[in-house]
Amino acid sequence: MQSIADIDLGTPERRSETQVTLQIDGCEVTVPSGTSVMRAAALADLKIPKLCATDLLEAFGSCRLCLVQIEGMKGYPASCTTPVAQGMKVTTQNGELAQLRRGVMELYISDHPLDCLTCPANGHCELQDMAGAVGLREVRYGYAGANHLDAPKDESNPYFTFDASKCIVCSRCVRACDEQQGTLALTIAGRGFDSQVAASQGESFLESECVSCGACIQACPTATLSEKSLIEQGQAEHSVVTTCAYCGVGCSFRAEMRGEEVVRMVPNKDGHANHGHSCVKGRFAIGYATHPDRITKPMIRASIADPWREVSWEEAIGHAASEMRRIQGKYGRDSIGGITSSRCTNEETFLVQKLVRAGFGNNNVDTCARVCHSPTGYGLKTTLGESAGTQTFDSVMDSDVIMVIGANPTDAHPVFASQMKRRLRQGAQLIVADPRQIDLVRTPHIEAAQHLALRPGTNVALINSLAHVVVRERLVKEDFVRERCEVDSFEKWRHFVGEDRNSPEAMAAVTGVPAEQVRQAARLYATARNGAIYYGLGVTEHSQGSTMVMGIANLAMATGNVGRSGVGVNPLRGQNNVQGSCDMGSFPHEFPGYRHVSDDATRALFERQWHVNLLAEPGLRIPNMFEAALDGEFKGLYIQGEDIAQSDPNTQHVTAAMTSMECIIVQDLFLNESAKFAHVFLPGSSFLEKDGTFTNAERRISPVRKVMRSKSGYADWEITQLLANALGLKMDYTHPREIMDEIAALTPTFAGVSFAKLDELGSIQWPCNDEHPEGTPFMHVGSFVRGKGKFMVTEYVATTEKVNARFPLILTTGRILSQYNVGAQTRRTENVAWHDEDRLEIHPHDADERGVKEGDWVGVQSRAGETVLRARVTSRVQAGVVYTTFHFPESGANVITTENSDWATNCPEYKVTAVQVTRVTQPSAWQRRYQAFSERQASLLGEAGHAAKPANGMPVR
Amino acid sequence: MSARRPVSVTLRVEPGSDLPADERAAVLEAVQACRSLQGSLLPVLHAIQDRLSWVPPRAVPLIAFELNLSRAEVHGVLSFYHYFRQTKPGRHVVYLCRAEACQASGAVALEAHAKRRLGVDFHGTSADGRYTLEPVYCLGNCACGPSLMIDKELHAGVTPARFDELVAE
Repeated sequence: MQSIADIDLGTPERRSETQVTLQIDGCEVTVPSGTSVMRAAALADLKIPKLCATDLLEAFGSCRLCLVQIEGMKGYPASCTTPVAQGMKVTTQNGELAQLRRGVMELYISDHPLDCLTCPANGHCELQDMAGAVGLREVRYGYAGANHLDAPKDESNPYFTFDASKCIVCSRCVRACDEQQGTLALTIAGRGFDSQVAASQGESFLESECVSCGACIQACPTATLSEKSLIEQGQAEHSVVTTCAYCGVGCSFRAEMRGEEVVRMVPNKDGHANHGHSCVKGRFAIGYATHPDRITKPMIRASIADPWREVSWEEAIGHAASEMRRIQGKYGRDSIGGITSSRCTNEETFLVQKLVRAGFGNNNVDTCARVCHSPTGYGLKTTLGESAGTQTFDSVMDSDVIMVIGANPTDAHPVFASQMKRRLRQGAQLIVADPRQIDLVRTPHIEAAQHLALRPGTNVALINSLAHVVVRERLVKEDFVRERCEVDSFEKWRHFVGEDRNSPEAMAAVTGVPAEQVRQAARLYATARNGAIYYGLGVTEHSQGSTMVMGIANLAMATGNVGRSGVGVNPLRGQNNVQGSCDMGSFPHEFPGYRHVSDDATRALFERQWHVNLLAEPGLRIPNMFEAALDGEFKGLYIQGEDIAQSDPNTQHVTAAMTSMECIIVQDLFLNESAKFAHVFLPGSSFLEKDGTFTNAERRISPVRKVMRSKSGYADWEITQLLANALGLKMDYTHPREIMDEIAALTPTFAGVSFAKLDELGSIQWPCNDEHPEGTPFMHVGSFVRGKGKFMVTEYVATTEKVNARFPLILTTGRILSQYNVGAQTRRTENVAWHDEDRLEIHPHDADERGVKEGDWVGVQSRAGETVLRARVTSRVQAGVVYTTFHFPESGANVITTENSDWATNCPEYKVTAVQVTRVTQPSAWQRRYQAFSERQASLLGEAGHAAKPANGMPVR
Repeated sequence: MSARRPVSVTLRVEPGSDLPADERAAVLEAVQACRSLQGSLLPVLHAIQDRLSWVPPRAVPLIAFELNLSRAEVHGVLSFYHYFRQTKPGRHVVYLCRAEACQASGAVALEAHAKRRLGVDFHGTSADGRYTLEPVYCLGNCACGPSLMIDKELHAGVTPARFDELVAE
């Protein structure tokens, strides 16, 4: 069932320079050439009955309900598959057509249950509507014949039901899975009367290839595929457009509501990032927002050994403020800091950095982007001039060669991956550079031309050898470089990458990638009409993360692949608002809009607006905060929606630092890992409980709208405002729109952004200002933001994290489709049906050597620590490399990761840890301590009146 | 259906690793022979059935993997054509024509006789495992009905007596 707010025009939009005018039922209609008669009629508000057509899918022409008569054409063409023609005269309604349609409907209804009144689709069922529209009055065949009314229900998927008895076999679900999602998990099995929708080979949906994206449910015209929430709650009565709070794709959704209850989240067809598509997280995994684990009352305690005490907001804020001031009084102005959240809105992030800079009086503010895309900010700013991706997502539909480096889009950015896969099925070529065989390397109808399976940690060696081929084989776009780039820097770079030591042959020993493959990939990318690079944390989370980002930018510039549709350098952002949190000045050295704190003019601007003096010296980054804490110089930390105790590397180091602090204020939905070390807990609000904006990976600012009251009483921006006022920094915003107005006034790239304009346009890609009043889909068109593009010499320097006899394997980490980052949200949803523990992927060769079999418990030891996981033996990882996800705290993936980090930005080197793997029979010492500590913290929470329970169900081992 | 624990989407059992050797070989050889053809799925399914006398559903993951299709796509095609068998037949398959021309020349009586003789209904396999009886709609031999085909061999003008001879051979 589509959203209750959507109008379905029957077939997809066609774009054309040529306009065609035709007459439909006497009305003149003008539409782009290629448009179907059905859509043209719908645009003129003439509704042609239909069942198998929907504007999310290409026309199919199977239901025969949309037959029309066209002057000069024989018979009754289907309006969905008939394109318009100049001067065409169409009749959509007359007695003859009515009779035909009634005949068709009669057949459908003769094998359909007549339980409309108790059916979940009641009120929004297309079959029901069409029966009405064609005036069906009787079914002459009766209902006693062979039928499918007893067909079994499949309720295996936790979120939706497949009720075959209601199925009309229109194939919309099958086509949605093929065209929209690109998983091709559904088919019509059998034929004739036996035809039925089947998942994979007729197994349950849960066991099939289905990835639970929800496209089939949205496409279903009846109640056959229905959300369980809809079945339970009934039809929504209103819907609100908002933006998903999971990954950096930033899908637009319609939250379908009954009062303050969400019935279901339906992807918004008008959404500019997702065009009506969704994934299992955004579509279904919102149960966490109303999960009983949510803490809704402020709590304080003197030490982390004390029980939590529920207090009033007034007391909690007063206590937090006085503690922060006490610490500053005792240890100095710089002894406290704050961390903004990439999960919160732009407005909320802006307020936290304002609180730190203007209220704490220092620049000790950082954000979780530190541990993910900080090298992107640094690298792209240095080379291109702006700390952001260059393209809009739709750009991929113009790409001819797509290079994916260190990203796993089908798991981590599934909705964009579906779009990319659509382009790949159309014939674009794919290059994947990843140590592991990600799904994209080979998935139905898609096969990478090259999979450069490099060794973790050798990205820069690889990019240099790709560049070497471009330079030495004269594939440089000389005119582009001459016109658009700094010639000096280019010549230096050309000389450097052209050196023999950077050749694929010389680097093969480092990267492990055969030279011929590198050469082929370089030629493919460099000679493409449009070559696009998409990359993820496999690029940034390295000791040379920033170098690699610059290496990518170099390659794109040298091949002329910047500044138009289909090309570009595209960081796939991990979190919903990681772009936004960086834009909003969350880094210790930058004000909003990436302007350095030492820049006098910028500082003066903020000082005038905020009526305070601001420091010209950058503050502490997150890892520096930990160091300072362990040195006894950093004692107070305000954390907005981030879980550093789980997500930051070398957990034991992090928790030691946290234990040494005197006041940690955690603002979150749950008593997360970090909150176990906190002294003040301020209950935050979910994305459903507040207004604001998120900015996605394509710089798209999208509205987040409040659909229910905050469970804790305050949205996160209000909490920060309370704290600021208690600290004497006056804030009196009454709505986030006022915060955005302040951002716009202070930040040139946001100058034209306002909530009113967002309402008008739906979303805006910054820069949005006088020059680009409606935003900027493509950056660096004509010239680079910094003027001339700057090539940077990117010398490969091997990480100090090296394998040896003691730690012979390299551990690398990543995400899985059904879970999200630290899992605080997705672990509290039914998504655990797909993934309920993190496993260690190990190559059969390495497993054999260690006597490890599928499912065995294995200890993973690194220089930093040890944890225990179950093994998954698979040749997806190469020999010598092991891989795990990090969604469950008890897995302790970050107990093993080290403090190595990017030389420029301190982004941790999560992707390379030397480890040993051995079979074990019990949890690691860390896990036993973790379990005991978590149980103790749960009991301390229990004393505050919450139901005590062990944290997140540590598996019994 | 019960909510059984799913195979995790990233769990990769090597496709085909659980197949009996002959089935695995049949799939791989069929794919090898037909891979270059456009729309190679149908020829591959035919080649497998020619060799194994059926297309085991458990071979579908390997077929899908080799042709880079989804399992659903293969299943859709496999189940659409009744000729493709998803269960193992007897040692021989008797395809008895039930189309109009054969019916007009004695196929109805032949059908009754065949069922009695083999002790099975359509789609059944005789107790000794020798014959599976299948209906077919036209073997393109209308002038000489009733017709039937045993495995790939076509027989015309089949009387009940001739049927007995054929199955006795």
